[in-house]
Amino acid sequence: MSEPILQLRSVSKSFGAVQVLHDVDLTVRAGEVTALVGDNGAGKSTLVKCVAGIHPIDGGEILFDGDPVALHSPSDASRLGIEVVYQDLALADNLDIVQNMFLGRERGRPWLLDEADMEQAARRTLASLSVRTVTSVRTPVASLSGGQRQTVAIAKAVLWDSRVVLLDEPTAALGVAQTRQVLDLVRRLAEQGIGVVLISHNMADVFEVADRIATLYLGRMVAEVPTRDVTHGQVVELITAGRSGDLGLARPEGVVGQ
Amino acid sequence: MTAPETHKSAAEKAGPGNRAADFGIDTTARTTGEAIRGYLRGLRNGELGSLPALLGLAALFVLFTILDSGGTFPSLLNLANLLQQGAGRTIIAMGLVFVLLTGEIDLAAGTASGLAAALMALHLVSGGNMLGAMGGFVFAVLIVAMLVAAALAIWVRVWAGAVVSVLTAAILLVGVPANPWIEMLLAVGVGVVVGCLTGFLVARVGMPSFVVTLALFITWQGVILQLIGDGGTLGLRDPVINAVANGNLSTVGSWVLFVVAAGGYAAVKLLQQRARLHKGLVAQPTGLVLIKVGAVVVLGAVATFLLTQDRSPGVIAISGIPYVVPIVLVLLVLGTYVLDRTRFGRHVYAVGGNREAARRAGIDVVRIRAAVFVISSAFAAIGAIVYSSKVGSVSPAAGGGNTLLFAVGAAVIGGTSLFGGRGRVSNAVIGGAVLATVENGLGLLKQPAAVVFIITGLVLLLAAGVDVLSRRKSAAAGR
Repeated sequence: MSEPILQLRSVSKSFGAVQVLHDVDLTVRAGEVTALVGDNGAGKSTLVKCVAGIHPIDGGEILFDGDPVALHSPSDASRLGIEVVYQDLALADNLDIVQNMFLGRERGRPWLLDEADMEQAARRTLASLSVRTVTSVRTPVASLSGGQRQTVAIAKAVLWDSRVVLLDEPTAALGVAQTRQVLDLVRRLAEQGIGVVLISHNMADVFEVADRIATLYLGRMVAEVPTRDVTHGQVVELITAGRSGDLGLARPEGVVGQ
Repeated sequence: MTAPETHKSAAEKAGPGNRAADFGIDTTARTTGEAIRGYLRGLRNGELGSLPALLGLAALFVLFTILDSGGTFPSLLNLANLLQQGAGRTIIAMGLVFVLLTGEIDLAAGTASGLAAALMALHLVSGGNMLGAMGGFVFAVLIVAMLVAAALAIWVRVWAGAVVSVLTAAILLVGVPANPWIEMLLAVGVGVVVGCLTGFLVARVGMPSFVVTLALFITWQGVILQLIGDGGTLGLRDPVINAVANGNLSTVGSWVLFVVAAGGYAAVKLLQQRARLHKGLVAQPTGLVLIKVGAVVVLGAVATFLLTQDRSPGVIAISGIPYVVPIVLVLLVLGTYVLDRTRFGRHVYAVGGNREAARRAGIDVVRIRAAVFVISSAFAAIGAIVYSSKVGSVSPAAGGGNTLLFAVGAAVIGGTSLFGGRGRVSNAVIGGAVLATVENGLGLLKQPAAVVFIITGLVLLLAAGVDVLSRRKSAAAGR
């Protein structure tokens, strides 16, 4: 087991009167895939946005490499090496793969971009992720399939020497073969020593790639367990009821013994 | 296919069995045949680019040459005249491409150009005494508007716009005496001021560009009328300004232009190709690049040769490449460079392709959206200099009428998408040539204005239809 890169300790977050996250703990380790699961409204997206620096946290602390950090904006997060791949990917269809991967962080001088350097770096990154499905890095994103787009979005996040990559439902809209490609890619990210957080509704995906499963239930972290220690059914119970046997929330007092 | 050296380390890191040569991504160099097949596939998928316009232009030339029994259309005099007629509105279209790329529209580009022309002419006629020419109140409003535009430009972080706006106000306040070069600077400055106002309203306030520029279209028309007076005209009696659209380079100058332009194009293309192949980057097949460069050099040489012949029907010889050609070429090179090679250009495409993605990538979307309106209006002002020079005077109708529609039409006919994200400055030049040819050819066939308008409108409709269809096809091919 490797050192934790990113740790959340008793993180709380409210929007007005609604408390969305209650004392959430989460540990992301280098070289591991941590699946973040939970029903709709459990607070997964809010948690990701807190880590991405989009929402400031109300309570608790976030540790990066063991040191407390303040994440006030997305640029704070990316400076630390935290990258988020959102569900809608945020790619510009009319630009090619290289242009998308470097969007907003182009190399070279403002008045003369270094296309050669960017193209070579993009190809190295895609090659290091064993991406074989794209014929040319100069293909416009408009002509890529859903899986290829996801690949580009993930490769874009890796390009920046990222330490932690958060993936929001990367396989939600994909077919079987494309899901396969993306899951392989997720595994390879972890093999490169990146801490990966995978948000997914798909239990098959989660059990296939995740090392640990963290379950949110109504804004509380009810369980954070190694994948091999739980079954499919237990995780579903955790998601829907917040507990499963000894795992999860304590049973209410009145129910015990009945 | 061999794997470039640079990939080895990364590929080896990825694990055994993943040598660089295995990657599909290594298709960098293709043969000419493959490239042509790829191009044809792109065409079928709706990536038409400038092809329909180029074919249309060729068809129009053949058609008018056959139909015009008098032989006026294909005459050298008429072809040179065609270049001079179309140049002004083509330049307006080149600026509009920037706005269209972000998915917006600038309906006020036409009357903004008229405003620039009116102020330029007024400054020339009044000998620099604008206060005397327009009265204290109008003058004060104008200066305040320019300073406000500068402040708004600072607000949206378009620094160049702010500097030019202040300089323009300074020229008027100091009362710099009339001088053709100052007049042209003033015109461009007025364009920038107009662009700062439009850009602020669209990008910062968030009003739809259609409404903002429609309102300003009418407003500028009123301002022009106020400045020139109903029924009045301001003559541009200055040899330099007159030469812009009516003068020609000398024979030696024409050939120098050819050598610089064609040689420069060939050198840039060939050096770029060599560098890309050398570094193992994605490159076009060398054969295809050579054909393209060869075609440009040969066509350029033929055109230069023809234009350096005496084309006058009378006694006084007229020869040489019209000045408008180098003017359009310089703007074309500048605009293409900015869009293709600079960070700003890349961000313009990104904002047009996916504004949300651009915002998340940390691009200052407000600044980009404001800046394209400044560029559009500045180009419009340059266009105004050219078309006013052609006519030799500025009337209250300057920039009104179908000037704008011609400009939008030129950009769209050339292949710029009205939906944003797709287009090049060269599209406007090709589209401008098509529309100028239609107008000129139908005029020579003694067709009434009604027919010219109807056909011009239908050509524009056709181009917009091609845009929509190609967009639908490429969307269908994408998934």
